[in-house]
Amino acid sequence: MNGKGAPILATKGVSKSFGPVQALDDVDFEVRRGEVVAMVGDNGAGKSTLIKAIAGIYSIDAGEFFFEGQPVSIGGPNDATRLGIATVYQDLALCDNLDVVANLFLGQEELLQGPPGVVRALDETDMEHRSHELLEQLSVTIPSVRSEVGTLSGGQRQQVAVARSLLGDPQVVILDEPTAALGVVQTKQVLELIRRLRERDLAVIVISHNLANVFEVADRIFVLRLGRKAGVFDATSTTEEEIVGAITGAEFGNEHEQGEGAG
Amino acid sequence: MRIGDPDFAAPADAPAESTSPLDLLRRFLQGDLASLRVILAIAVIWIVFEVQNERFLSAVNLTNLFLQITAVGLISVGVVMALLIGEIDLSIGAVSGFAAAVMAVLNVKHGWNPWLAVVAGIGTGAIIGFVQGSLFTRFSIPSFVVTLAGSLVWQGALLKVLGSTGTVNLTNSEIIKLANTFYSPVVGWIVMAVGVGLFALITLSGHRRRLAAGVTSEPLGLLLARVGVVAVVAIVAIAILNSDRGLPLALIILFAFVIGFQFLTTRTVFGRHLFAVGGNAEAARRAGISVTRIRVVALTLCSSMAAVGGILAAARLESVNQSSGGSNLLLEAIAGPVIAGTSLFGGRGSVWSALLGATVIGSISNGMYLLALESSVKYMITGGVLLAAVVVDAIARSRRQAEGRV
Repeated sequence: MNGKGAPILATKGVSKSFGPVQALDDVDFEVRRGEVVAMVGDNGAGKSTLIKAIAGIYSIDAGEFFFEGQPVSIGGPNDATRLGIATVYQDLALCDNLDVVANLFLGQEELLQGPPGVVRALDETDMEHRSHELLEQLSVTIPSVRSEVGTLSGGQRQQVAVARSLLGDPQVVILDEPTAALGVVQTKQVLELIRRLRERDLAVIVISHNLANVFEVADRIFVLRLGRKAGVFDATSTTEEEIVGAITGAEFGNEHEQGEGAG
Repeated sequence: MRIGDPDFAAPADAPAESTSPLDLLRRFLQGDLASLRVILAIAVIWIVFEVQNERFLSAVNLTNLFLQITAVGLISVGVVMALLIGEIDLSIGAVSGFAAAVMAVLNVKHGWNPWLAVVAGIGTGAIIGFVQGSLFTRFSIPSFVVTLAGSLVWQGALLKVLGSTGTVNLTNSEIIKLANTFYSPVVGWIVMAVGVGLFALITLSGHRRRLAAGVTSEPLGLLLARVGVVAVVAIVAIAILNSDRGLPLALIILFAFVIGFQFLTTRTVFGRHLFAVGGNAEAARRAGISVTRIRVVALTLCSSMAAVGGILAAARLESVNQSSGGSNLLLEAIAGPVIAGTSLFGGRGSVWSALLGATVIGSISNGMYLLALESSVKYMITGGVLLAAVVVDAIARSRRQAEGRV
């Protein structure tokens, strides 16, 4: 089994509600280096909420975050980025009116040398050069790094979004439904990309509805149900039926829980 | 070349855009080359008016035309900042009048140093923009509502500052030099040579750096052609200006702001984030960009430029009165950039569109004035042109959407 040592990222007792809706209820979660954890659950189970809490998009009502064993507070996207947590959202969060280079470097642009305090110019040449390198490493094929992202296909946009997340040298990469709406070939490419992230010793969290994809790429499977943790399963020793049981909360659900169990 | 199928994806180092004549024509028709379309429109307008009245393209009239568009062009530069983030500022007319009034009163009635008064006027615009931007972002009120209310407030402030006489004359002030200084032919040629030289230097050194870094660059021939076109236009323009009163200071001010803001929007982090917020504010926020800060700064720059334009207008009029910043100024300052390809919906456009749009609108009103058309006709023609421009923008946008390029 992949993944070693203490968890690089962990949550303890995380809760979050939107008005009367309890989206997350006392959730414990952890992920290690060099490990792919799939996060599964029915619609509204709280997967996206948990991801957005870790990424600093939502503030949590209760609970704690631990990074490399140390308690940390994640008050905004910048805090998460500083810790080394990168997120690729389902809606990709790309600017269609900007080109690939501008999107890859958005929020972390490189600047030319210049006197401090003066408005410094962007180092377009270097950013373009590094974009080429990065996309080549990941075997991403697009017409040009100067194409507007709005002109790319869905698969190309997904690849750009994943590549973008790697630019800040993250330690934890979160992928929200990376293969949704992709064709067979492009899905394979994205799964291959996920394995490459694991080889780089990154901790990878993948949200997915597609259990076949999950079993293909994940080391552990974390199941959420109605905002609560419904169990964590080792991908090599569990079965699809068992996962479906945990997701749907079938009558035998509780008996199949492993680890700490639901709260 | 729209790539929908991954099998057709070209290698990552393929050239960005094809430059074949057919492709250029298609991009032209689709509105990608909005600037070229506008330049052609200006050529047509100029020819039509010249045929009607041979004084239109005389050196005197062209110099007048440039002086007429300076104020609205400067205001439009600020409007582009607001449009790029997908917002609008309806207070620019009132702000330009109020800021000019603050400057005039401080200088004339309180005996302030004229340039200190100018700085105070621009500062007034900046503060107004900051306050309106803060209200807009803090309370999530649509920018057009905040600035519409602001427009009334600053119009009232203008009347208040001007006092019972309702007008402040600048006739004896240094400030009118801003609009009434013309440089000798030699200075004109030097400014032209330095400007074109810098443009050539920046273009070619950028080309060399790109080649040295191993990334693709536009062909050298195309770059040289571009430098050549700029040089020819600059030489012709200076020759025309020199045969009348010479190069006006006001035009230098206009170009300095246009070039400065062009640099700010296309070459700096702030400019990149401006486009990002206008294109997809949520994506910008998730990328760690402070969307609020960008919005406040953009609206502050917008109001500041309204003040700059108002001050130039006052210098040209040699007074500030109760109708300063009124009339069609607001509409023309917003319509100009939109005519020249800056989207009303954010994320697309350029500072050059402020200059080009002001030239289109200025040419039409100047030409109609020469033809001594009735006011009724002038209003209807101006309105028709504005409507046509917005329709073209909407068509270009729906074409992009049809191609999946929102």
